[in-house]
Amino acid sequence: MSTYSDPPSGSFQLSMLINDTRYRSYTFQFVALLLLVLGMAYLGWNLVQNLAAAGLNISYQFLGEPAGYDINQTLIPYTSQSSHWQASMVGVLNTLLVAFLGCIMATIIGVAVGVLRLSNNWIVRQLMSIYVEIFRNVPVLVWILIIMAIFIAVLPQPRDFRGDDAEASMFLNAFAFTGRGFYSPAPIFGPGSGVVVAVFLASIAGIFALRNYATKALYQRGQLIPTLWPSIALFFIPAILAFYIMGRPIGLEYPELRGFNFQGGVFMRNSLIALWFALSIYTAAFIAENVRAGILAVSKGQTEAAASLGMRPNRIMNLVVLPQALRVIIPPLISQYLNLTKNSSLAIAVGYMDLTGTLGGITLNQTGRAIECIVLLMLFYLTISLVISALMNVYNNAVKLKER
Amino acid sequence: MKKLAILGAMTAAGLTAGAASAATLDDVKARGTLNCGVTTGLVGFAAPNANGEWEGFDVGVCRAVAAAVLGDPTAVEFVPTTGKTRFTALASGEIDLLARNTTWTFSRDVDLKFEFVGINYYDGQGFMVPKELGVSSAKELDGATVCIQTGTTTELNLADFFRANNISYEPVPIETNAEAQPLYLEGACDVYTTDASGLAATRAAFENPGDHVVLPEIISKEPLGPLVRHGDNDWADINRWVLNALIAAEELGVTSANVEELASAPGDNPEINRLLGTEGTLGEMLGLDADWAKRAIMAGGNYGELFEKNIGENTPIGLARGLNAQWTEGGLLYSPPFR
Amino acid sequence: MSDTHAQSVAFVRDTMIPEQAPPASEAGIIKWMRENLFSGWFNTILTLVSLYFIYQIVTSAYPWFANGIWTTSSLAECREALDGMTGACFSVLTERWNQLLFGFQYPNDAYWRPTLAFFLLIVALVPVLYPKAPRNMLIFTAIYPFLAFWLIWGGTILIPIVAMLGFVGGYFAFKQFDHQSFAMGLLAGVIAAVVVWWVGGFATGAAPNLLALEAVPSRDMGGFMLNMILGTVCVALSLPIGIVLALGRQSHMPIIKWICVIFIEFIRGVPLITLLFVANVVLAYFLPPGTNFDLILRVIIMITLFASAYIAEVIRGGLAALPRGQYEAADSLGLDYAQSTRLIIMPQALKISIPGIVNVAVGLFKDTVLVSVISMFDLVGMIRGPILASTEWNGVYWELWGFAVFVFFIVCFSISKYSQWLERQLATDHR
Repeated sequence: MSTYSDPPSGSFQLSMLINDTRYRSYTFQFVALLLLVLGMAYLGWNLVQNLAAAGLNISYQFLGEPAGYDINQTLIPYTSQSSHWQASMVGVLNTLLVAFLGCIMATIIGVAVGVLRLSNNWIVRQLMSIYVEIFRNVPVLVWILIIMAIFIAVLPQPRDFRGDDAEASMFLNAFAFTGRGFYSPAPIFGPGSGVVVAVFLASIAGIFALRNYATKALYQRGQLIPTLWPSIALFFIPAILAFYIMGRPIGLEYPELRGFNFQGGVFMRNSLIALWFALSIYTAAFIAENVRAGILAVSKGQTEAAASLGMRPNRIMNLVVLPQALRVIIPPLISQYLNLTKNSSLAIAVGYMDLTGTLGGITLNQTGRAIECIVLLMLFYLTISLVISALMNVYNNAVKLKER
Repeated sequence: MKKLAILGAMTAAGLTAGAASAATLDDVKARGTLNCGVTTGLVGFAAPNANGEWEGFDVGVCRAVAAAVLGDPTAVEFVPTTGKTRFTALASGEIDLLARNTTWTFSRDVDLKFEFVGINYYDGQGFMVPKELGVSSAKELDGATVCIQTGTTTELNLADFFRANNISYEPVPIETNAEAQPLYLEGACDVYTTDASGLAATRAAFENPGDHVVLPEIISKEPLGPLVRHGDNDWADINRWVLNALIAAEELGVTSANVEELASAPGDNPEINRLLGTEGTLGEMLGLDADWAKRAIMAGGNYGELFEKNIGENTPIGLARGLNAQWTEGGLLYSPPFR
Repeated sequence: MSDTHAQSVAFVRDTMIPEQAPPASEAGIIKWMRENLFSGWFNTILTLVSLYFIYQIVTSAYPWFANGIWTTSSLAECREALDGMTGACFSVLTERWNQLLFGFQYPNDAYWRPTLAFFLLIVALVPVLYPKAPRNMLIFTAIYPFLAFWLIWGGTILIPIVAMLGFVGGYFAFKQFDHQSFAMGLLAGVIAAVVVWWVGGFATGAAPNLLALEAVPSRDMGGFMLNMILGTVCVALSLPIGIVLALGRQSHMPIIKWICVIFIEFIRGVPLITLLFVANVVLAYFLPPGTNFDLILRVIIMITLFASAYIAEVIRGGLAALPRGQYEAADSLGLDYAQSTRLIIMPQALKISIPGIVNVAVGLFKDTVLVSVISMFDLVGMIRGPILASTEWNGVYWELWGFAVFVFFIVCFSISKYSQWLERQLATDHR
């Protein structure tokens, strides 16, 4: 066997493109690039041919034309005369709304379930693992449709509230849980209500200031200042005083049955709630597993050390275990948020008008601009994903263990 | 390991299928079946029965075309399409003919580049409400929750109607007729709106059809017809004249019962003779044989027979002929002459 | 001394007392309950709330199950039979059983074919899933895809045979040229396979009815069968693509690396539903004019791409977890890239990635129900469309959705249990 430390010298030969590892990678890359370009060109050529044969073209003109259809849930002003672009924006906001609500609720349920799965109560532990296994192992679309079926088939419809001996009645005369959605009273801000709101905000700021002061006092002077009762008092008293001094400027508008539907108050549509709940409980099952894994990743010595300092179990959890577990939990948690946002595109199954329902649904149908609509749709979801990923990286770098 | 099967199948399919040409007629003949786009299920127009066989009024058109072109009314592959997929399915060549109660509109004809070959049902958009609501006119629907099938002209008409009358409503977009049904029945919507024929068909599938009324307002013109791709005029002609043959056959009194007899020898009426190929060369001009119209009529009967069998007054759907009667009887059906 | 003691001590025990049972509160079930259910007021409340919850569920669900009606042919009849009692109309399941499993278009007299294919799938999977199963069963696993294709789609048996011969020919050609270099072998294999398929094309054309089962077009597939087909085919197809993508992303060649990165991140950034829209309404524009894949094939392509991006990320994790020394050891043995990847790196990386791959597979199987959104009649599509809209079964929700939950739960839960078992089996590091 011959050994050599230097590559064989000599001039460059063509065969070295295949046989010499130094140059072979260039060959491979060149071939790969060539194949990619050829593949793209082939698909592009087909597209051009097909479009020409069908007499179509690629154009985004339609975005400026009036949409012509109505949308039930609009967070920005929109009428059927608004453009397709505005309709898409309504859809974007609806997507973001349900994703935002879903993430919050999924986190709350997920953390609760994850902690309870480690509870020392046997029966709770079992119930929680049943919850996690059932919800993880069944498609989220099925959960969305099941919750929608509850709305359709179980909850009373507005017609059941009608008449003298109605089958259903409003809860406390203020809340109505109907098959079309939930109605609750809405605040009405009269003149002078600005003062009340300002006082309320100021008192919240005051609570934070008090807590800050208390912490500082504890750390610097070892002085224990009670915060709980003063906080509660601060929260309620100034605002209530202001409310009465200003002559009760904020009223409540109660929903009531008028005509076909309940009118007035705050209305949350069945499609929003079905989507929101289903996405939350489904994603929560995954988050619970992440939380559990994160807590288990904190070494038992930490818990024992905290216990030996005389801390009670819930304080150990809050002050010692969770802060450390968070570092493990956050990255998968954010990818669950990402999944939830992407799964919100299933809105189309229950008629919630998110981006898939407006741009990818009715606009696509009405204009027939399939390629353009789907490209825009993908770009939007891609943007959201990239933004969330970027945030995740920033956060990850911030909480990374600073090793020295 | 499953990948191998698919790769193998793809290759084998690619080898056997060969390249297709631009002429749809040749494609259909080479394939031996007609790919016909229909709804995902609307009783009376196109729906699979208990045995999984498609039947209905639109299905009848597909079968007539298949009979005329291929000689076999069962040589049809039915492709269920939704409001969203139907146009791409046709534009991309997945289907040869779209017979899915599709409204003939300017933009679909001109902008989307399709060719409507005729009108097989004159329709209009209507509203259905439960009787117990006591509504007698669509103008009383202020504040109502309305279920609409998306991807149709329906939602545009609806927006226009409510805007013109300055009343508010809450639209609930639904993808298919099947999904809209439970929403409406359980009361999650007050009103269901779609083409009047579709309302009748939907109502016929209810347990108690009598509890629901279709309001008198018809808020739009919905001429429904089969359509094909732009640019293949020969294929469009075949479909147009098969449809016309069915309409003309009713006008001329040719039915599936007597067509065999009338086609056996030239009779007294020269137009019947030309239609059935005992005189002239109309079939040849279309690129088909002389018996094409006879086979189309035998497939399911003439227009009137198809209507009576699938959606007429003696069926659960119970539609009157109305606008869809022959012009001689005060309707709008008027086939150009066969000469 | 002894005397005084003998008088002052009245009793001296000279035998051990027999062991007493611990106090009732410190033993057996009571101790267990004290420790696990009632330790502290908070736990007690939790326990009571949970018990109440379970009690509520059981009391409301039990009569529903117990009074279930299994034999009526419509909801109205079922309600009549129940006569006002709480009870389930499971008869919708029995009456529409075939539709739920096979869709409404698959020929009735051919139901045995997918059923047989399903049971053979289990047989074929045994040697893959259980490392201890006899190795020569793998031959059946290799034949299975072709057999299943023939059983489910029908047509002449020549097509799958020719397809299989192509792979066999490709394999032998690969073996012939493999000693020169991996790339050469691959090229030779591909060429040989294509030649066999091309020649075989004539054979199938010549005898289209040899041993032919009734051909079933793929748009007639439906029901849970469609979910199973999509799930198994797409997972199987996406594994090799995922491996290639993962290797590409780890590669030192910048162009290849960036192609893979862009592909993976793009696919992972968009929801599956948009990819299905692509399959449904856009993909046809990118195919040569005149060609026509049917919908199920287009969907398979898009779901496979989707799954392979996720699998690639899982395998990349596995590759990254391998100690650097493994790569260096392989290099120092003088193995080239293909050899070291095949013999050293991949077996270890795949082993690490198994839980992740199974997670992706379970997720993918669940995601196959999304095809119901693009008007394909899988299990969920059948329930939402033809069954709930039929005159007979208007308004039967819980029985149908309960069935869907049950079926998916059984399949996905057993896959994840299997993966946990396999993880323990493969743990060779004796921790």
